[in-house]
Amino acid sequence: MDYKGRVWKFGDNIDTDVIFPSQYMLLPTIEEMKVHTFEPLVANFHEKVRPGDMILGGENFGGGSSREQAPSVLKAVGITCIIAKSFARIFYRNAINIGLLAIVCNCYDEVHEGDVLSVDLAWQIIEVEGSELRFGFKSFPPHVTQMVAAGGLIEYINGSGR
Amino acid sequence: MAMTLSEKVLARAAGKDEVTPGEIVQTEIDWIMTNDATTHVSIDIFEQKLLKQEIKHPERVIWVVDHNIPAESVETANVHRKQRIFAGKHGFNSHVGEGICHQLLVEKYVLPGQVVIGADSHTCSHGALGAFATGVGSTDLVGAIREGSLWFMVPATLKFHLTGKLREGVTTKDLILTIIGDISANGANYRAMEFSGPAVSTLSFESRLALCNLVVEAGGKNAIMEADEKVVGYLRRNRPQGATGVVLQGDQGAAYEKFFHYDLSQIAPVVACPHAVDNVSPIIAVEGREIDQVFVGSCSNGRIEDLRILGRILKGNRVHSRVRLAVSPASTRVFLQALEEGLISTFLEAGAMVLNPNCSTCWGGCQAVVGDGERLLSTGTRNFKGRSGSALAEVFLGSVYSAGAAALAGKIVNPINYLGL
Repeated sequence: MDYKGRVWKFGDNIDTDVIFPSQYMLLPTIEEMKVHTFEPLVANFHEKVRPGDMILGGENFGGGSSREQAPSVLKAVGITCIIAKSFARIFYRNAINIGLLAIVCNCYDEVHEGDVLSVDLAWQIIEVEGSELRFGFKSFPPHVTQMVAAGGLIEYINGSGR
Repeated sequence: MAMTLSEKVLARAAGKDEVTPGEIVQTEIDWIMTNDATTHVSIDIFEQKLLKQEIKHPERVIWVVDHNIPAESVETANVHRKQRIFAGKHGFNSHVGEGICHQLLVEKYVLPGQVVIGADSHTCSHGALGAFATGVGSTDLVGAIREGSLWFMVPATLKFHLTGKLREGVTTKDLILTIIGDISANGANYRAMEFSGPAVSTLSFESRLALCNLVVEAGGKNAIMEADEKVVGYLRRNRPQGATGVVLQGDQGAAYEKFFHYDLSQIAPVVACPHAVDNVSPIIAVEGREIDQVFVGSCSNGRIEDLRILGRILKGNRVHSRVRLAVSPASTRVFLQALEEGLISTFLEAGAMVLNPNCSTCWGGCQAVVGDGERLLSTGTRNFKGRSGSALAEVFLGSVYSAGAAALAGKIVNPINYLGL
């Protein structure tokens, strides 16, 4: 087991602007930005979330802007893993690049808000605590797997000796 | 093997004879753009995480301050200052308050056949020049300035075959919104969207930029169009050195994932309704909704062609008493041209506010935002909840014809009927 956490469940097309609104993007640091995470959807999300929590999204999670602030504030409030039916391309890439796991898995309909999930990366399995439910997910392409293992793009470049 | 246009541009930049969709290639980058919305995040990554803090090709890096300019707070001014010190230290091409990044890159930098990344999702606009251009986040940006290259998965291409001609009062904004409504917000996820066919030659270069600008709203990785004599002519007129780049064509028999056909003569005015760009409706279905603010500008529709259309609509008329009309030319060059043509006088005499070139209402970060329960009709790029101010406001996206007509009528109207086109 690599990750274990409680689930926050959202719908389809959760866009970057509701994850992190534009008007806070020029705050100086991610630490100052993170208090506005999900502000248009969930009041005081940053106080309610617990380190290790996970997000479950529907289709096209993270659509819209290229702002890396969106996955960065999620990571900063303690989210370890985002599981969705599908991700918007730039958000997916940004999440992987900062070492925030983004997993495409068809468990949406059977997992509920507050469920506790265990994610096993080596076996590519998600289990729902207190039930028999198990879901597989696809591995990353080899190039991406190397970056995930390194902890992100910068860590990968740092370790490459280039 | 036959390749699509996007594949050919990527293969050339990767130094390979051919590439195929799904393949991952490390690709040389011609231009790396970063703006004030995220440069400070990249600086922290560069200075706090990167071991070897070098920049491979600082002359290829373009830093633009266009999102919160002029600064609306001391906090923002300090973030700009931090960015300015970093850009100056490393010798980036810098543009502060001169216009929206995507417009400046068209006016000054991007050429056909190049690969461009920008830390801004609407970087896809530059596909109208026959370049491969896509948006990235702050970490990718740091990786690219450090190495001068970046990895890409070669996208499969969706081919949009365009025939016919747009009727007066209908623009490529209506066309791309119609396409996004048809294929949905993730209908082109991870894909290249290529626009081709006999209709392309009927479209002005500027209107092609508006077409390519919004492909990210369907999830597209990039837009691409073959650069023709209109593009080359624009470059000859606007670039001092007269450079016209490497004009590439897709191969006969290249493999496309899917074909779509659009007859432009059948496109009607549409709007994207709250709170999603793919929530597209014929404008006649929402006619009569009262409007509190109209915005004309943004990287989508703030170019001289758009301002000329607005000028024709406003000339000799007054903006409706309920409506605040905000106009922001996309760049200083566009602003100066509009001044020379008397358009700025027309806007002001009609009761509009003319703002400095910046992302403005479309971004909602520093000026001309809307309040609770208000309704905005914008020529901008997005209508997400809270995008242009209050999360309790409604944002409709439409063409400059629809925006101009709504500014006079005080409500959403079919511009073709209202303007007698």
